[in-house]
Amino acid sequence: MTTAAGRAEAAPRVEARGVGLRAGLLTCAFLVAALAVGLAVGPVHIGVGSILRSALSYVPILHVHQPLDAVDDAVLWQLRAPRVALAALVGGMLAVAGASYQGVFRNPLADPYLLGVAGGAGLGATLAIVYASAAAAGTNWTVPLAAFGGAIAAVVATYVLGRSAGAVHTSGALVLAGVTVATFTAAVQTFVQQRHTDVLQNVYSWLLGGFSTATWSDVAVCAPYIAASSLVLVLHRRLLDVLSLGDDEAASLGVNVARARLVIVAAATLGTAAAVAVSGLIAFVGIIVPHTIRLLVSTSYRAVVPLSLVAGAGFLVLTDVLARTVLSPAELPIGVVTAFFGAPFFAVVLRTSRGIR
Amino acid sequence: MIETRDLWVRFGPVAAVRGLTLRAETGGWTALIGPNGAGKTSALRALAGLVRYEGEVLLDGRDARRLGRRALARLVAFVPQKPETPPALTVAEYVLLGRTPHIAYLGGEGRRDREAAARALRRLELERFAERPLGSLSGGELQRAVLARALAQESPVLLLDEPTTSLDLGRQQLVLELVDALRGDGLTVVTTMHDLTLAGQYAERLVLLDDGSVVAEGTAAEVLSAPIVAAHYGANVRVVQDEAGVFVLPVRTR
Repeated sequence: MTTAAGRAEAAPRVEARGVGLRAGLLTCAFLVAALAVGLAVGPVHIGVGSILRSALSYVPILHVHQPLDAVDDAVLWQLRAPRVALAALVGGMLAVAGASYQGVFRNPLADPYLLGVAGGAGLGATLAIVYASAAAAGTNWTVPLAAFGGAIAAVVATYVLGRSAGAVHTSGALVLAGVTVATFTAAVQTFVQQRHTDVLQNVYSWLLGGFSTATWSDVAVCAPYIAASSLVLVLHRRLLDVLSLGDDEAASLGVNVARARLVIVAAATLGTAAAVAVSGLIAFVGIIVPHTIRLLVSTSYRAVVPLSLVAGAGFLVLTDVLARTVLSPAELPIGVVTAFFGAPFFAVVLRTSRGIR
Repeated sequence: MIETRDLWVRFGPVAAVRGLTLRAETGGWTALIGPNGAGKTSALRALAGLVRYEGEVLLDGRDARRLGRRALARLVAFVPQKPETPPALTVAEYVLLGRTPHIAYLGGEGRRDREAAARALRRLELERFAERPLGSLSGGELQRAVLARALAQESPVLLLDEPTTSLDLGRQQLVLELVDALRGDGLTVVTTMHDLTLAGQYAERLVLLDDGSVVAEGTAAEVLSAPIVAAHYGANVRVVQDEAGVFVLPVRTR
């Protein structure tokens, strides 16, 4: 083959695949379907058509007739809708944060709780439940606020500890610092619990997480953090691919690795802390969703980050539907459902996708 | 041209590079040679701005420290000894990552970046591999992909840390011929090398480091002598010189 012939050959397709039209549309369709199921399913049956018309009836200029009676309308828009919206926000956040942590630490098992978010939130919530419950009987914001504060404090402690151990240059020290902080907060939390066994039930039901008490004000409180964090993470998707080459190569490509890592970790942590504060600790979403995207679509973070956000939202909405219907009228803790249904689902994805890549 | 003046690289109390002064001419190929632990890789990493150093690194006379990371990356490309090659990335995606110093912090690739990546792929005859995942490539093909990524960076200086490790004899020659051809395009090449014969055949200047300092430098004929190699590598060698070059052959002592 001469050089001239080589040039004449079709030019190589040089582009990053990114999300791709098909995967993008399918994932968005999954989210829309999940939202519809989330709104439609419950003790009171409300059809998707009625939901649509009811939604449109709130748009002033359309003059669509409200098809639901006052009770159904309240069930739909005051009970189910905030619950579905909160599950979507939290699921999207946990999945996108998990994907980002996995990228930034180049560790497929990293989850959003890696740097002590879970331990800090758990400790904060426990302290609030044990010591502040009487004082704050009138307000239900004490526990989420304490969880949020605890999560942020724990990650800051991890970062300071990791930095002093040289984490600026290696992510390993940061992960070890996270383990240290998580172990310490767990020890303190266990100690406090043992001293106050009377509130053990409250602590556990918070830790296991769920959306049964979701209101629009929960949604309004966490939405700004989650939106801002997700936006920052999605904007960093190409940079996460660069970081996957390792610290040295990323630095030799002109990236300030320590700063990029700090920005990504800070965004993921802030969003996760906001999610944890309104929903408790929901395991597994941050690992299972990004890995499913990797197995089914692409391992490039350009695809994994945005698709995890959308798929995670849909996944947690569906999981929440299961949590409130399987043993209806009783509710399962959603963390149990994510693991119980998520693990076999992931096993199937893992088996069937062998050899695709 | 890239040069260093009184370059020191320290790891705690240990100095890996001690007062290195080096000059790599534009379009030239300089090989850093020396025994394990001599400071070759540390010196190369200092040239790439990847380790803290004292002294100066100058690029066409400009202080590298004042350039900033992105500007430095546009002037110096670095390939480590064992590059990370995420197996599921396609060759094209991987080579495009080489354009990072030319892309805004949160930006994406533009037409010029895709063209530069396509040129790099063509230069290393990787067109037909463009859409293949890195994990499906052989060792030699992978090394070419790594070179293509560095080439897509379009930096005038190319630093290669042991570019031939883990390649067989034929692939070693292939890769070094490629690097030599790139040098023909005007690139300044600095490599660290273990194989003294190959270093002598490809680089026009050899710089022998021992314990962080330059102990000999010059052409292969000047640096590669049996007494010098014995003194610094602790190796017993026979050096054969003919019209094809200088050959350093290990000889067993009895």
